[in-house]
Amino acid sequence: MNRWMPFEWIAALRFLREGRMQTLFIISGVSVGIAVIVFMSALLTGLQANLTKRVLSAQAHITLQPRDEIARPLRLGGDDLELAIVQMPLQRVRSIDQWQALMRVLQDDPAIVAVSPVAAGSALAVRGDATRAVSIAGIEPDSYFRIVRLPDNIVAGTVRLSSQDIVIGTELARYLGIGVGDRLTLSAGARTSGALTVTAIFDLGNRQVNERYVYVPLRTAQSLLDLIGGVTSIELTIADVYAAETVARRLQPMTGAAAYSWIATNAQFFSAVQAQSLSSTVIRLFVALSVALGIASVLVVSVIQRSKDIGILRAMGTSRGQTLRIFLIQGALIGLVGAVVGSALGAGGLLVFHDHVRQADGSELIPLVLERSLFVAAALLATLTGVLAAMAPALRASRLDPVVAIRG
Amino acid sequence: MADDVLRLEKVRKSYNVGRPNETEILHGIDLTLGRGEFAALIGPSGSGKSTLLNIMGLLDRPTSGNLFIEGHETGSLDDRALTRLRGRSIGFVFQHHLLITAFTALENVMMPLLVERGFPDAAMKKRALDLLTALGLEQWQNHPANALSGGQQQRVAVARALAMEPALVLADEPTGNLDTKSAEGVFEMMREVNRKSGTSFLIVTHSLEIARGCDRTIELVDGQIVPAGAVPAAA
Repeated sequence: MNRWMPFEWIAALRFLREGRMQTLFIISGVSVGIAVIVFMSALLTGLQANLTKRVLSAQAHITLQPRDEIARPLRLGGDDLELAIVQMPLQRVRSIDQWQALMRVLQDDPAIVAVSPVAAGSALAVRGDATRAVSIAGIEPDSYFRIVRLPDNIVAGTVRLSSQDIVIGTELARYLGIGVGDRLTLSAGARTSGALTVTAIFDLGNRQVNERYVYVPLRTAQSLLDLIGGVTSIELTIADVYAAETVARRLQPMTGAAAYSWIATNAQFFSAVQAQSLSSTVIRLFVALSVALGIASVLVVSVIQRSKDIGILRAMGTSRGQTLRIFLIQGALIGLVGAVVGSALGAGGLLVFHDHVRQADGSELIPLVLERSLFVAAALLATLTGVLAAMAPALRASRLDPVVAIRG
Repeated sequence: MADDVLRLEKVRKSYNVGRPNETEILHGIDLTLGRGEFAALIGPSGSGKSTLLNIMGLLDRPTSGNLFIEGHETGSLDDRALTRLRGRSIGFVFQHHLLITAFTALENVMMPLLVERGFPDAAMKKRALDLLTALGLEQWQNHPANALSGGQQQRVAVARALAMEPALVLADEPTGNLDTKSAEGVFEMMREVNRKSGTSFLIVTHSLEIARGCDRTIELVDGQIVPAGAVPAAA
């Protein structure tokens, strides 16, 4: 017996050791349950992080734009309207009012990591006889690349955006049959750019984006879109991507602009992610419940098997509280040991999965995310589950009448 | 009175109190056991011996009447205080379930001290080893309890009952499951402890041989103490 170990711990450990087959089986059961939880959680975290990263690779977390123009109905006086039907006005390409001042306010906001102005609009990319409708994004490279990691996704050339440069996507390059160093022209309404040189070709992992988006310097876009000195949007990156909707709601009244979060823009994707998280949580809850029931059933049997031992201990002066703790400790230990073994099994399973389940080109299908917090949470969850599961049998043991227990 | 280890005053015990099938098992027991006494409690099956033993051992409460352990009135004590008093003042030797099999012989003897003090220490181990040595069991100290013979287990159980140096040891048929030789050995051992340490013993037994070896015989019939008299001759 260890001198530092209290009586309740000694008794709990001895009882577990004596019923070693029973203990082994229940710890195995708990381990499998925890392994499933760890495996699923890590896999889902990796999958969601990967999907979110892909979705956010070509867009800002929040985009601020001028509010839509609305038609004001003429009034005759009082509540009477002169016209009952009001036609929605056309939405012109407009600049955000006082955008430089707004940028300074946004840069001071602690929730915001990066701010960049963009002048965006539609144009035609022309190369000889070939034309393609494109979306122009006029950017300030230094600030914009902190929002969209364009340089990380360049497949040819080097990102350089001086006044006569342009960066295009792989699909557009293929369609127009051009490469790095070639030239093309952008035409927006009556205005036409001079010849722009392709300095880089990007692949943002999205065919639509690769086909439709072109990046030019902010001034080039302003000139082309007849938006001198103006920007059509301010794009933001925030610290917590999942707080985008909350931050957007806060910014809207503060800035007077319309704020769109990536969550609202990708509502279907986000609800799919949430549904996936919910179903995973339900599965994990049921696994935890079955683990708890397993621990409880083993300890109930143990209390019945050890009722005479409990009676003897009570006769020797063991209090109800001590008896209760002996069985709670057993539950906690089963949970904790199961969590340690289960975490190792889950992590091992993830490594095997990561190594063997790959994409066709050999790259990883889902990134491996093994965070320490997951294992700590699993250990805490399993230990707590063990204690809660042991509560009923422990109470039963503590309430045993020693006379009845000894008589058996 | 101060030297009384155990005193019962008009102790009654009923089951199913307040119900139509209420049954009184003990009918006003008056009994005193002095310090150092070595007594036998005899009586036919169903006479209430076990019920009386449970009440004297603070494992059960009387329906009415008073019970004093070493002068302490126990009726007003709560469960926690009763448990503490039981652990300190009373040692038990049971007939059927002798030792806790998850522990060795030595650990079983240490158990009451461990329960009382919370953590094991060297003094505790020494006390348990001294007891086992005194009872001739030192070579079995590290054996698992269930690896010992019935007689050895019962002797370890007696050592365990003595670990806290209790004023009173209550033994319920301590030799009931043993062969004659082992039974004699265990009885002589208890007698020896009584003589040397002055610990009071109350032994519930069906054996007239055992009863005759005791200083005093208390006979319980139909829930009442039979006035002191000669023990009937062995059949």
